[in-house]
Amino acid sequence: MNEQIALSVQNVYKVFGKRPAEAVKRLKAGKTREEVSALGTAAVIDASFDVRAGEIFVVMGLSGSGKSTLIRTLNGLQPQTAGSVVVGGTDISTISDGELRKVRQQKISMVFQHFALMPHRTVADNAAYALEVQGVAKAERLARAEKVLKLVGLEGWGDKFPAELSGGMQQRVGLARALCAETDILLMDEAFSALDPLIRREMQEQLVALQADLGKTIVFITHDLNEAMFLGDRIAVMRDGRIVQIGTPDDILTHPANDYVAQFVQDVDRTRVLTAGSVMEPARAVVNLSGGPRNALRTMRDLQTSAAFVVDRRRTFFGTVRDRDVMHLVESRAPDLAAAVRNGNGPVRAETPLSELFGLAVESPIPLPVVDDEGRLVGVIPRVTLLAALGNVPSSTTDIPIVESAPAPIPEQEVTRTLNKTSMDVTTSAEGGTR
Amino acid sequence: MDLEFRIPLGDWVDVALDWLLATFAGVFAFIRSVFLGAYDSLEWLLITPPSLVIIIVFAAIAYAAKGWKLALGTAVGFLLIVGVNQWDHAMESFALVIVATVVAIVISVPAGILAASSATASAIIRPILDFMQTMPAMVYLIPALVMFRVGVVPGIIATIIFSMAPGVRFTELGIRGVDKEVVEAGYAFGSSPGSILRKIQLPLAMPTIMAGINQVIMLALSMVVIAGMVGAGGLGGEVVASLNRIDAGLGFEAGLAVVILAIFLDRVTASVGKASRPGGRQRAGRPAKQSLQNA
Repeated sequence: MNEQIALSVQNVYKVFGKRPAEAVKRLKAGKTREEVSALGTAAVIDASFDVRAGEIFVVMGLSGSGKSTLIRTLNGLQPQTAGSVVVGGTDISTISDGELRKVRQQKISMVFQHFALMPHRTVADNAAYALEVQGVAKAERLARAEKVLKLVGLEGWGDKFPAELSGGMQQRVGLARALCAETDILLMDEAFSALDPLIRREMQEQLVALQADLGKTIVFITHDLNEAMFLGDRIAVMRDGRIVQIGTPDDILTHPANDYVAQFVQDVDRTRVLTAGSVMEPARAVVNLSGGPRNALRTMRDLQTSAAFVVDRRRTFFGTVRDRDVMHLVESRAPDLAAAVRNGNGPVRAETPLSELFGLAVESPIPLPVVDDEGRLVGVIPRVTLLAALGNVPSSTTDIPIVESAPAPIPEQEVTRTLNKTSMDVTTSAEGGTR
Repeated sequence: MDLEFRIPLGDWVDVALDWLLATFAGVFAFIRSVFLGAYDSLEWLLITPPSLVIIIVFAAIAYAAKGWKLALGTAVGFLLIVGVNQWDHAMESFALVIVATVVAIVISVPAGILAASSATASAIIRPILDFMQTMPAMVYLIPALVMFRVGVVPGIIATIIFSMAPGVRFTELGIRGVDKEVVEAGYAFGSSPGSILRKIQLPLAMPTIMAGINQVIMLALSMVVIAGMVGAGGLGGEVVASLNRIDAGLGFEAGLAVVILAIFLDRVTASVGKASRPGGRQRAGRPAKQSLQNA
C-alpha cells in the first residue's frame, strides 16, 4: 500500500432502507437510483477515490447528493453497504466495534456543521474531549487543549461555555477539539456552512494556514463551489449519489466533465480560483539583457511589438523595454540595454489570483509579466487573456491574435533603416541572444 | 340477533393472581419487608425529632433550591399543618411518597433509557404505560391488597405503578431530544455507547428527566388518599375517616395538608430541574441568555 495515500475509498455504496444489499446488486448491474428506490434510498453509489496524505480533498455537491453520507462512511458513523474504506492502512469495514473506536480516537477526527459542542461543558473541556476519550489524565489534556485553543485563536476562552461564544468561535472550538485528537485525518462536514460569509472567509483562510503548518489530511464537505475552489487541492463533485468528476479546481473549471459540472461552475467567482499561472501565455517578446539594444530592437521588429521583456541568461526577469527607448539607445550607439529597462509594471507571481490582476492590467500598456518563486519569467498575461479567462472562453489564444496594445510599434521600415544605419560601426559579437 | 356471550376475563385474572400468589409468595414477602422497612425508618426519621427541627430542615432545603421566599412559605405551611394537628399524618404520607417516588424513579429512568435506545423497546413500553396510567388507580389496590396484605405496602405499590409513567416518558423524550450531532460527535471521537449515555445524553436530557420526576412526585401525592383506603394511614387515612364520618372540617384540614406538601415538593423539584439545565441547550448562533449563570 502506498504510504502517500491517507484514505482510500473503493467502490463504496451506501443504501438506506429495507433491502440495501439487493439494491446494491441492482445498482451494480446498471440500474439507476430511481429504479431501485423501492428497495431503499441509494445515498452513495460506487464512490472511489484516494486522498493523499497532506492534501485538502473537497467533496462538493448540493444537498441530497450524498456527500454527508459519504463522509460518514469514512469514519464508520454510517457503515457502507458495499465496498471498502481504508483509513491509514486499516479497512474499517472489517474490524470490530472496539477497534473502530480506536481508529476514530487515533486516526480520524471530525468537525461538524452545527459544531456539535457539548453545551454542558466548558470550551476547554470540549476541546479536550477527544483526549478524555483516549484516557489522557485531566491536567495533561487541559494543558494540551489550551495549546490547541491558542492555535485556533481562542486563548483565554477555555473557561467559557459554548453558548457564550459566537458561531465562528464555536466552530473554532469544534476545530480545536478535532485538532486536539492529533489524528492525521480531519473530516469536515460543511464545517463553515453555518457561519456568515465574512467569518467563513476568515475560517477558510485560517484552515489553509493551519493545514500548511500541521500537514493534516483534510476531507472537506461543502455545497459552496467557491469554498471548494478556495480550499481544495482536489475536488470531487457529487450528484445524486455519484461522483461525477474528481480534479483540481483548475481542471473542474476549465474542463468540466459534463454539463452538470459545467453548469455548476458557471457561477463560480473565477477570478478567485484561477491564478496568473493558470491563464498565462508563453512570453514571445523576450530579450536577453546581455544581447544588447540592437538585438532587442530586431526582436521587437520581427514580432511586430512595441515592447519586450528583458531577462538575463537564467531567465530572471529584469523589466520591460519600449521600442522607442531602445531605438534611441541604438541611435546613440549605447552598448548596454539596461539603460532602457523600465520597472513600471509587475511582475506578478504565478500564484496570484486573477482578481488581483485587473488593476495592474488596466495600468499597464503591455502584457503583465508572470514570474515564478525564483523571479524567472514564466509567461505573460495580455488583457485579452484576462478577459477570456473570465468569460470561460477557451484560454488557448493561439488563433486569437494578441493585440499588444498601444503604443503602436514603430513602422518596420524605420526600425530597419536605423538598424542598417548603425550596423557598420557596432561590433555585435553576441547576437542571437533572443529567446 | 342478540349477541350473547361472556368472556371470563375476570376469572382468568383471579386464576392468574392465585397462581402468582402461590408461586411467588416468597418474593412478595421479601418486597413487603423491604418496602415496610424503608417506610418505617423514613417515618421514624421524620416523626422522632421535634416538628420544629424538621420544619427548619425543610425550609433550608427550600432556601437552597429556590430562595428565601419559598423557605418562608415552607415554614408557614408546615407550621399550619402542625397547627391543625396533622403533623404526624403528614409525615407518614411524606414518607410514603418518598419511598414510592424513589422506587418509581429507579424503575422508570432505566426504562426510559431503554425506550430511547431502541424503537422496539419503545413500541412495547408505550402501551404498557398507557395501561398503567389510565386504569383506575383503585383497581391496583385489590391485587396489591391480596399480595401484600392491608397496610402501607399495597399503598406504596399502587402509588409506584400509577406514578411511574411520566418518569419513563420524560426520560425517553429527553434522551431522544438530545442534539443528534452532539451524540454523533461522541461516536466520531471514539466514545463507547455507555460513555455517551453518561457524559452526553443524560446530562443534556437532565432538565426533561427532572420535569418527569416532578410529575412522578405529583402523581404519587395524588395517590396518597387512595392509599389511605387500604390502611396506609397518613393524611389519606384522615380523609377516608372524615368521609366515613361526614366530617367536613377534618377532611378540609387533611386535604390542606396534602396541598401544602404538594406545593413544597413541586417547587423544590422544579427548581432542582431548572438548576440542572446545562450551559445553554440552544444551538449555536442563538443568543445565550441563561449561560451567564453558569459562567
